Amino acid sequence: MISDLIYDSFPPLLASSVLTIHLTCLSLVIGVFLALPLALGRLSKNRWVSSFSFAYVYYFRGTPLLVQIFLIYYGLPQIGLTFDAYTSALISLSLNTAAYTAEIIRGGIQAVPGGEIESAHAMGMTRRQVFRRIILPQMIGFALPAYGNEIILQIKATSLASTITLMDLTGMARTLAAETYAPLEIFSAAGIIYLAMVMSTSKLVTWMERRWTVYRR
Amino acid sequence: MSMKKSIVIFLGVMMLTASPVLGAEKIKIATEGAYSPFNYVNPKGDLEGFDVDIAKALCEAMKADCTLVTQDWDGIIPALLAKKFDVIVASMAVTEKRKKAIAFTNPYYYSVASYVVRKESNFPDKAEALVGKTIGVQRATIHEGTIKEMYGDKVTIKTYDTNENCILDLKNKRLDAMIASRPLMAHYIKHHPESGFAFLLGMYNPVHAGIGLRKQDSALVEKFNAALNTIVQNGTYEQISNKWFGESLLKK
Repeated sequence: MISDLIYDSFPPLLASSVLTIHLTCLSLVIGVFLALPLALGRLSKNRWVSSFSFAYVYYFRGTPLLVQIFLIYYGLPQIGLTFDAYTSALISLSLNTAAYTAEIIRGGIQAVPGGEIESAHAMGMTRRQVFRRIILPQMIGFALPAYGNEIILQIKATSLASTITLMDLTGMARTLAAETYAPLEIFSAAGIIYLAMVMSTSKLVTWMERRWTVYRR
Repeated sequence: MSMKKSIVIFLGVMMLTASPVLGAEKIKIATEGAYSPFNYVNPKGDLEGFDVDIAKALCEAMKADCTLVTQDWDGIIPALLAKKFDVIVASMAVTEKRKKAIAFTNPYYYSVASYVVRKESNFPDKAEALVGKTIGVQRATIHEGTIKEMYGDKVTIKTYDTNENCILDLKNKRLDAMIASRPLMAHYIKHHPESGFAFLLGMYNPVHAGIGLRKQDSALVEKFNAALNTIVQNGTYEQISNKWFGESLLKK
């Protein structure tokens, strides 16, 4: 009977995982695009640019994601800015992951040996060329393991979207558990699906790491 | 004072304070704490409301030693079954489905559900007015079923953790309408005239609220029924009901 409930809950749970995957992927893409200028800003010699980047990262890493989601979903309407639930979740998740990703990228850039950059300059490469040929490819290699972690954290962070009426995997699980009074079975099923998502992601990241760091072996 | 002696005294004091009413039955009662004015947490962090007053009055009638705890609504039945507490006094409507999972006392109040809209929406007062609209409702309540029965797939339903968050989104205009307990919303509209909320359509889903207990605790169910009888007979019930709603909720 217990296994029946787990079995029956899979189709609706899988259907709602689409939203979870959707939120994860889209927020990660937007996050990376925001993170790159933020990371460069952190390393910038311009005090205003680096202070802004620092403050951004400081705020988004220093406050709970749930608070950020509530601020955007319930707080902003007070000043006349009302986004729907999906947009609110996407904005908060993207802004949040951007802060973490910026730090990962910054670390990756700083890990590139200074001697290599100096030699590249000495060979007459422009700053842009140095960034594209020397820094960027190595940075990706250095940042990937940490970024793999960030992807996994992001998959799990999307579960907070269920607090603002979205029917993601967690939202559906909570609804089903409330309907059946069988939280053990339903949340186990949801946990299995999350686990599958996280495991396939981590496999993918390991594979990518190996490809990007071929030069090191 | 020697170390040993002070430890003995310390343990003695601990044991005494741990059991203030020796012999009195210990009962742990759960409520939601986000369902004003039935049960809510006041700014001081204390539980208040109609349900809370009723729970306290019942405990007094039973001479039981009660503690009140809060529990999120959508997990309140599983938590009762998992013995996190012994009793639910949280405005729970008695339904056939819930009766399969837990036991209920006799009704302790009667209620209906109503739709609430912003007055500025100017919806005509007929059911078709809400077709195609977004309607909010608290997750795992009987009202969710009412919407589905009335409109099926013809409306968008958004479910909320708490009724308070649902009210917030009707104010924010993310919702066109919401459905909730009528006495609760009547209390809200009366105390928040600035919200511009109004009832739409008639009353649905007449239900009675019961106190929820585990099925195997049938002796405790009877005790609560007797206590309920006592507070209705001695006027305590009416006093509490009048305090919160200005009328007795024991009338259908």
